[in-house]
Amino acid sequence: MSATSARPSHAAQPSGSAFILKKALISAAVALVLFSLMIGVRTEAGPQGGLIYWTRFGDLAALVGTVFGGSIIIELLRQWWGPVDKDRIVPKPVQSAMSFAGRWLAPALLVFAFLVPVIFYNQRYILDLSILVLTYVMLGWGLNVVVGLAGLLDLGYVAFYAVGAYSYALLATNFGLSFWVCLPLAGILAAFWGVLLGFPVLRLRGDYLAIVTLAFGEIIRLVIINWQSLTGGPNGVSGIPRPTMFGIPLTPGDDGLAAKLGIEFSPTHRIVFLFYLILAMALLTNWVTIRLRRLPIGRAWEALREDEVACRALGINVTTTKLTAFATGAMFGGFAGAFFATRQGFISPESFTFQESALVLAIVVLGGMGSQLGVALAALTMIGGFELFRGFDQYRMLVFGIAMVLLMIWRPRGLIGHRAPTVFLERNQAISSDLVKEGHG
Amino acid sequence: MDYFAQQLINGLVLGSIYGLIAIGYTMVYGIVGMINFAHGDIFMIGGFIAMISFLVLVSLGLTAIPLILLIVLLVSMVITALYGWTIERIAYRPLRHSFRLAPMLSAIGMSFVLTNFSQVSQGARVKPVPPIITGGYTLHEGSQGFAVQLSNIQIVVVLATIVLLAVFTWLVSRTRLGRDMRACEQDQTMAALLGVDVDRTISMTFVIGAALAAVAGMMYLLYYGLVDFFMGFVAGIKAFTAAVLGGIGSLPGAMLGGLAIGLIETFWSAYFSVEYKDVAAFSILIVVLIFMPTGLLGRPEVEKV
Amino acid sequence: MSSDHILTVDRLMMRFGGIVAVNELSFAAERRKITALIGPNGAGKTTVFNCITGFYRPSGGAIRLAHDDGRTIQLERLGDFRITKQAKVARTFQNIRLFPGMTALENLMVAQHNALMRASGLTFLGLIGAPSWRAAEQRAIELARTWLDRVGLLSRADDAAGNLAYGDQRRLEIARAMCTEPVLLCLDEPAAGLNARESGGLNELLLSIRNEQGTSILLIEHDMSVVMEISDHVVVMDYGVKIAEGTPQAVRDDPKVIAAYLGADEEEAIAVMESGT
Repeated sequence: MSATSARPSHAAQPSGSAFILKKALISAAVALVLFSLMIGVRTEAGPQGGLIYWTRFGDLAALVGTVFGGSIIIELLRQWWGPVDKDRIVPKPVQSAMSFAGRWLAPALLVFAFLVPVIFYNQRYILDLSILVLTYVMLGWGLNVVVGLAGLLDLGYVAFYAVGAYSYALLATNFGLSFWVCLPLAGILAAFWGVLLGFPVLRLRGDYLAIVTLAFGEIIRLVIINWQSLTGGPNGVSGIPRPTMFGIPLTPGDDGLAAKLGIEFSPTHRIVFLFYLILAMALLTNWVTIRLRRLPIGRAWEALREDEVACRALGINVTTTKLTAFATGAMFGGFAGAFFATRQGFISPESFTFQESALVLAIVVLGGMGSQLGVALAALTMIGGFELFRGFDQYRMLVFGIAMVLLMIWRPRGLIGHRAPTVFLERNQAISSDLVKEGHG
Repeated sequence: MDYFAQQLINGLVLGSIYGLIAIGYTMVYGIVGMINFAHGDIFMIGGFIAMISFLVLVSLGLTAIPLILLIVLLVSMVITALYGWTIERIAYRPLRHSFRLAPMLSAIGMSFVLTNFSQVSQGARVKPVPPIITGGYTLHEGSQGFAVQLSNIQIVVVLATIVLLAVFTWLVSRTRLGRDMRACEQDQTMAALLGVDVDRTISMTFVIGAALAAVAGMMYLLYYGLVDFFMGFVAGIKAFTAAVLGGIGSLPGAMLGGLAIGLIETFWSAYFSVEYKDVAAFSILIVVLIFMPTGLLGRPEVEKV
Repeated sequence: MSSDHILTVDRLMMRFGGIVAVNELSFAAERRKITALIGPNGAGKTTVFNCITGFYRPSGGAIRLAHDDGRTIQLERLGDFRITKQAKVARTFQNIRLFPGMTALENLMVAQHNALMRASGLTFLGLIGAPSWRAAEQRAIELARTWLDRVGLLSRADDAAGNLAYGDQRRLEIARAMCTEPVLLCLDEPAAGLNARESGGLNELLLSIRNEQGTSILLIEHDMSVVMEISDHVVVMDYGVKIAEGTPQAVRDDPKVIAAYLGADEEEAIAVMESGT
């Protein structure tokens, strides 16, 4: 129990304009000190190599003023709303309407996903964005096995994505293997790396596991950068073959798909093909995961998240159970990586930074750990939201960071806050996430 | 032998900087039980503020180097400490008793915020500063023209570290605040019942950690003569490695771990390959956690059944 | 008679650093009987349990389990999960360890993990939905249903374990242990926190497990009413050593036992007893 929550928190909260003003003034003063040098003074390496600077007191004043005003508004809103509580933010009737919509949301989304290329056939931008969203949906579903089901915190998931991408890129460019041969290979290789990493580190718990997986992700990236003879180093691998429709290339030539079908060639065909390819891969991931949850291995993963000691007392081999979770998640990451490589035609270590791992993890946590629908919605929100800031490129990561903090404060348990049981006798009722443990391994 | 001695000096200096950052990780982990992912970026902010305040002071016509350094030190410690305080207040306190992953993700988000805040506000390019503390001593003149150098800046870094560590140890072991901190580390509920202001104590932990990180940032600036917005990430992971290596929660351990990481990294670069120095540091983290999860000076964790 | 011992603990030692928690403890539990291990707080009972169930590796001594088919397994040589998986010893915990976010039924399904893993062809048969797997899954659900019924929780099958009342959680944990189909069931204070009525129900449940399943039971208990009513044999520990052993009646009248519980000298205890009779 918390020491702070034991206090009467809301009842005794002061109000009144003097209080609001005082609070806003303090916030503004803090902001003034924080931003005084970082915003007020702009430095840059000068033409002679030394540093020069110029002042931006206008910007500073504007920012401090914004903090002052923002603080007043937030405080007013807070007093107007009263104590924050789920039933007040989302009224009961809306909640029940949402749960009704929830039942139809997944099928509706699925139908919509299938229709995207039909509706947006001429909008290349939307098709590209949809492919990106689906890639993250797949990554999210893959990581969900590790984090959401087994409760193992993995901050280096991007490593498996990289292994998959480089496996396909190198096998295809060096040995001329086709995408359909490489796809399973990429998954197997990623799973292999998952086991290799997993074996020594799985007895670590919680934060230690997180930091080791982070280190592992960074090691893979640094090795890719430095092993130039194999990976091309920072320049990456280019000329990665495009996928074929089971051997028939999607090119304008005579042996291309368009010519064989007797229709006019269009570059959009390839985009549409890629869209359905990633949709199929993502749905396969989803199907396998849903299936696995109802099998003993999936239940063991969830049991592991709930209580590792109890699992051991029931004769469950905790090590192999964790390894299978790691390997399964890594395999899906590897598939997604192979897709990424064939879609881009070019890969470099820049695509596999810690930020990617953090983004995928944020999708899983925001989705509500373990919820497949939640992960899909979170990927849509995050990647879609990210795209809104395409014009302000340098502010994108800043906004992403702020969004991550705010989302965690708003919904620490994610969008979908309940767990569906894997088997039932009479009633299939959801379990409140307050009961579901988050794992400590 | 001379080459070895030189690397030893360089490693100890680098290790001092890591150690100062590592203390912040260890303290926060000890009390709140979370990895403060943003701590590496606090270090970076400290470096930036030192750089900016130095520039402003010089352009205002101040010439006495010791005075400038003193002011820069104070300014960067105060402002950076306020960053630490604000971050705890905004991003961690609302999540203190929440689901374990939430504060971690919030911290990762905060790390992105700080990195990109400094990129947006100060630009992406590396900021070089001219050498401020110059000169040094030649300890030993080698036969093939290789001399073991001990520069003044290296002396300053090590001395500053020792002084800070002494002050800090006094703070934790002898003052009321230190006692409150140790009480919160043991049991927050009990500490609160006994009249310890837990919120304030945790805030102070972040403030102290950030102030030490600011010193590390300033030392880094003086020693390497540059800062950039991305330097917090790798330095942060290495300092965390140091904290774990020393035994998380242990203050002397953090310093010891920092020195160890600094030495390992320096010797690896000197004798093997510079490209793989970070790989070496991260590999050590993995190896340490697997074989020595409680670190050098940490307390063993007993599994209760 | 020694051939009818399912569990033989032979000069078991357990040290933590310099502290000796269990010192040269020897006792045996009879097949299809209920053996109780009692003793004051800190006597080392739970440590013995943790050694038997593989959570601690003993510093010395042997723990032998004799199966019905004549196999003898050295428990101290097996790691934690293998004791349940191969030696068929199941346990419960003093401070209930259920899977709170899973339903009661799911808890019992997890307990059948090893059998179901084999039936699902290490997941692959299950993934393709093979008929043999479906049949095995149905059987597992039936077994779970049987046990839910036995512990009176059939109506709560689809509720989260974390939502059950305390007494229900205790019984569910026993049902979960029984779903691993053990030959020896180790219960760590099963009656702790139960009211008199619940405690009576527990007695009936344990007796029926002994009589109907033929499972041998080893239990740690503080509640003397439980111990006296259902135990066939009682072992008393104090400060890591065995101080008495015998039928419940014999143990109850043993001055050494009374002395241990009252924290008094042996002579004083005898005096107390004599003055009472």
